[in-house]
Amino acid sequence: MPYNLKEIVAKKPSRFTEGHRMCAGCGAPPVARMILRALKEEDHAVIAGATGCMEVSTFIYPYTSWTDSFIHTAFECAAATLSGVESAYVSMKKQGKLPNDKHTKFIAFGGDGGTYDIGLQSLSGAMERGHDLTYVCYDNGAYMNTGIQRSSATPKFADTTTSPAGKVIPGKAQVRKDLTKVMNGHHLPYIAQTAAYMNFKDLYEKAEKAIYTEGPTFLNVFSPCPRGWGYPTDELMTINKLAVETCYWPLYEIVDGVYHITYKPAKKLPVEEFLKPQKRFKHMFLPGNEWMIEEFQRIVDMRWQELLDLEKMGQE
Amino acid sequence: MSIRERLSGNEAAATAMKQINPDVVAAFPITPSTEIPQYFSTFVSNGLVDTEFVAVESEHSAMSACIGAEAAGARAMTATSANGLSLMWEMIYIASSLRLPIVLSLVNRAVSGPLNIHNDHSDAMGVRDAGWIMLFSENNQEAYDNLLMAHRIAENENVLLPLMVCQDGFITSHSIENIELEEDSEVKKFVGEYHPKHYLLNDKEPIAVGPLDVQSYLFEHKAQQAEAMKAAKDVILQVAKDFENWTGRHYGLFEEYMLDDSEVAIVCMNSTAGTAKSVINDLRKKGIKAGLLKIRVYRPFPYEEVANALSNQKAVAVLDKADSLNGMGSALFEDVTSSMYVAGKHVPMVNYVYGIGGRDTTSKDIESVYNDLIEVAKSGKIDNPYRYLGLRREEN
Repeated sequence: MPYNLKEIVAKKPSRFTEGHRMCAGCGAPPVARMILRALKEEDHAVIAGATGCMEVSTFIYPYTSWTDSFIHTAFECAAATLSGVESAYVSMKKQGKLPNDKHTKFIAFGGDGGTYDIGLQSLSGAMERGHDLTYVCYDNGAYMNTGIQRSSATPKFADTTTSPAGKVIPGKAQVRKDLTKVMNGHHLPYIAQTAAYMNFKDLYEKAEKAIYTEGPTFLNVFSPCPRGWGYPTDELMTINKLAVETCYWPLYEIVDGVYHITYKPAKKLPVEEFLKPQKRFKHMFLPGNEWMIEEFQRIVDMRWQELLDLEKMGQE
Repeated sequence: MSIRERLSGNEAAATAMKQINPDVVAAFPITPSTEIPQYFSTFVSNGLVDTEFVAVESEHSAMSACIGAEAAGARAMTATSANGLSLMWEMIYIASSLRLPIVLSLVNRAVSGPLNIHNDHSDAMGVRDAGWIMLFSENNQEAYDNLLMAHRIAENENVLLPLMVCQDGFITSHSIENIELEEDSEVKKFVGEYHPKHYLLNDKEPIAVGPLDVQSYLFEHKAQQAEAMKAAKDVILQVAKDFENWTGRHYGLFEEYMLDDSEVAIVCMNSTAGTAKSVINDLRKKGIKAGLLKIRVYRPFPYEEVANALSNQKAVAVLDKADSLNGMGSALFEDVTSSMYVAGKHVPMVNYVYGIGGRDTTSKDIESVYNDLIEVAKSGKIDNPYRYLGLRREEN
């Protein structure tokens, strides 16, 4: 259906309001706001939050930035908690305990810590059980809320407070987990990887598909962190752009198991351009460390090629 | 009209859940409570209940889902044991702090390690300060009756706290005994419908649950929980009164067995009380004035009533089926002695840790406790207040 995103942004009231205490230049708030814009105005929503930056900065008693019903319980169980809410909805609706003409949608937000790591079991369980909910991971590639510790989403070589770049060990030693593909092992009807890029069109459209596809759906959203990554706060959108244009963070979706890359850069930029503005990678640019950038590029190329192959397989 | 049946403790608990017909049950199997979600699943698959059964991947998720469901406006129930409750531990505190009247059927078992699947109370004792109402049950009948009363207590607007009904793993959960069941329609009437004031699924009034609660507020919120726990005592008694009017079965904060004229008394919980009653009957024939105080309501702890009930004894033994490993006495002993001290009642008291990991506790064991108490009463002296019952020691 044709639509005008500018009009939607201008006219739809924001369901994630101002006054929250997220950092200037954080990637997460615009992501949350735009995802909630994909909700139909007449639909009620219950939002669940995993403990993390977004939860502790948007929901400090007695205030909340969320105009929909919101629940936070603990770090690792946003998915399980929301699966309980959704089960209550199914049960109560079936019994006529809720109005028939109103719809409630269910969306969980978790950082990469609460999603890739401590919350992976809870997420996997909820997805396998087939609850009608959307889980959104805002991936900022480390445990930012506790002070920038490495996670399984942290890229190789990144300098974090538990994978510090030292004289012997050059930052994180391992490659990052590919959670989007892990989710595909759950055979979900809709999975997407997205970022706040190109006027948020990709993000908005994928959010709408995720929320309004029946069954469990998953969005992995690129979400830069100025404190953890070390970029000037006004460079947020540039970082988003460079992540996509270098193919570090490809934009794609998996619909019923079939891969579709939603954006292919006309000219894939060298990954150096993404790494350079971020302090967490600055040791990679010291003389003698060129191999690190080469290695990083090799990993990005390999993953991108894998994705192209997967898409091709789906077309055949 | 009551229905006479023969059921195991787990069957009794599952039957109560079927009659309560909660909106959501989220559970994960663990011995010896596994049968409860098993039986319940068959009720679901045969259309006997309206419940959504959430077959979660862990107990942590079971309690998380119960919290989500209850906050959403549903009645949510679960069942577990031992390590299952340990895995829930984080969420147990969150459930009570969110003031969600979730009801849990706890089939008591030893918490690892080493691994042991048999009965003691170390699981329940691990959450005794978590803000849950805790009811203990001597047998299948009490496990059933306590569950029928649970929602009326937990959902009372002056209470709004989660509640767990405990029974002994295997000893009662797997033993088939006679039981009086109530009619489905009568249970439905007694339990009533659940109409929470505020709930997530009310689209006319969005609410926010579980905020970050900083220094300026948390203390007051915890104090409100403590007040609710205190208020629960009267509600428990009121519900028990209504229950008695309906079924004829009497429940209080605890049960006194031949305590009014006894000189030596045992305090214990769950199935051991049955053994103690039988021993008391034998001792009375010999002219020994033995008595029993069986705790039913462990949280809130009825400290005034307990102190009052024990004040005329010459010696008291408190039996703990969990070792606090603290260099002194175990949980129930601390609660009882503290109650006595605060009430200004001085009665010689000894603590026995017993039945750990399913160690059998025989009538002979219980009789030996009464014999010890007779000695204490005579001499007024206690060499060692912290004792074991039934512990095998190396012979010299």
